[in-house]
Amino acid sequence: MLTSQSFADRLVAEKFNFFTGVPCSLLSGLISNLEDRDDVSYYPAVREDAAVGLCAGAYMAGQSPVLLMQNSGLGYSLNAFTSLNLIYNLPVLVVMSWRGFGGKDAPEHIIMGDISEPLLETSGMPHAVVDPGDAEGAEKALALALDTIRNKKIPFTLLVKKGLYNEGHQ
Amino acid sequence: MTGTEALEIIATFLKDEPVVLANGFISREFFNVEDRKGNFYMIGSMGLASSIGLGAALAQPERRTVIVDGDGNVLMSMGTLAMIASAKPKNLVHLCIDNEVYESTGKQRSLSNEIALEKVAEANGYPYSQRVDTSEELKQELGKVMSQEGPSFLLVKVTASFDSARGRVTHSPEEIRDRFMSVYRS
Repeated sequence: MLTSQSFADRLVAEKFNFFTGVPCSLLSGLISNLEDRDDVSYYPAVREDAAVGLCAGAYMAGQSPVLLMQNSGLGYSLNAFTSLNLIYNLPVLVVMSWRGFGGKDAPEHIIMGDISEPLLETSGMPHAVVDPGDAEGAEKALALALDTIRNKKIPFTLLVKKGLYNEGHQ
Repeated sequence: MTGTEALEIIATFLKDEPVVLANGFISREFFNVEDRKGNFYMIGSMGLASSIGLGAALAQPERRTVIVDGDGNVLMSMGTLAMIASAKPKNLVHLCIDNEVYESTGKQRSLSNEIALEKVAEANGYPYSQRVDTSEELKQELGKVMSQEGPSFLLVKVTASFDSARGRVTHSPEEIRDRFMSVYRS
């Protein structure tokens, strides 16, 4: 689950079939993989909240959606998550890159990097962190995500640290 | 033509289509006009009626999906017009009720008295986009967009008519979801 190819294969094997998002360099390999695949569709979104809406519509029409975004998009998405997904119980798997982790990043990422986890927690949105090199942790995170999506029917966020799904990007 | 009259005309053109209704006046008034199982009343998430409708249309390309949007919602999410024009869902009908105000919050003006939203949709690449001003024009254009390949955009110019005393949608969000989803399974 620690390469874009293996992660995308795994998501498809778990019946996720509708992918959208707003790009992040940390997810560039994963987006390329999804764009190139013949077995699923990836729809570029212009804003993260629009991607939340797209996933909500796709879910209600019978698909299993995945939303890719940088954590900077969490701010744009919070009203969508809280006044759409969390009240209608519309699940979506969110793969969110964690810019600004540990306070080491470009200035625009530092504050959101610090508050991404507290924001998710205070919004009632469960999440798990995916670390480079920790295959076992990634498996546990995905298992928790699948359980939340299928049983609680709310969004689950995989918060992805730098160095996992950015193959080909320098 | 008032907004309520426009919604009443739209209701007569619907059979079993899933319909995504924008928040505020549009959801609340359409609930009073005709409460259908296929109505998705978007009670929050302003701006997202168009993306919810697009997601549903892409997920079920054989089912015609209708969005009943508002000028405030379209102005808030203009980028979604680009997503719709790019994805080109043939089964999507995008109606925009344009009363030029934020009616359910007290009729504050929007910008659509100056900004021609039907031209914005056309410039984004919708293969069909029209403005209608009268109930006769609305009926004529609905006849087209409900049968032709989309995505089609219809800007429906109306006068404000919402009576806030008519009340809110009484179904719970989960009931709205389950009813809407059941239409896609039938």
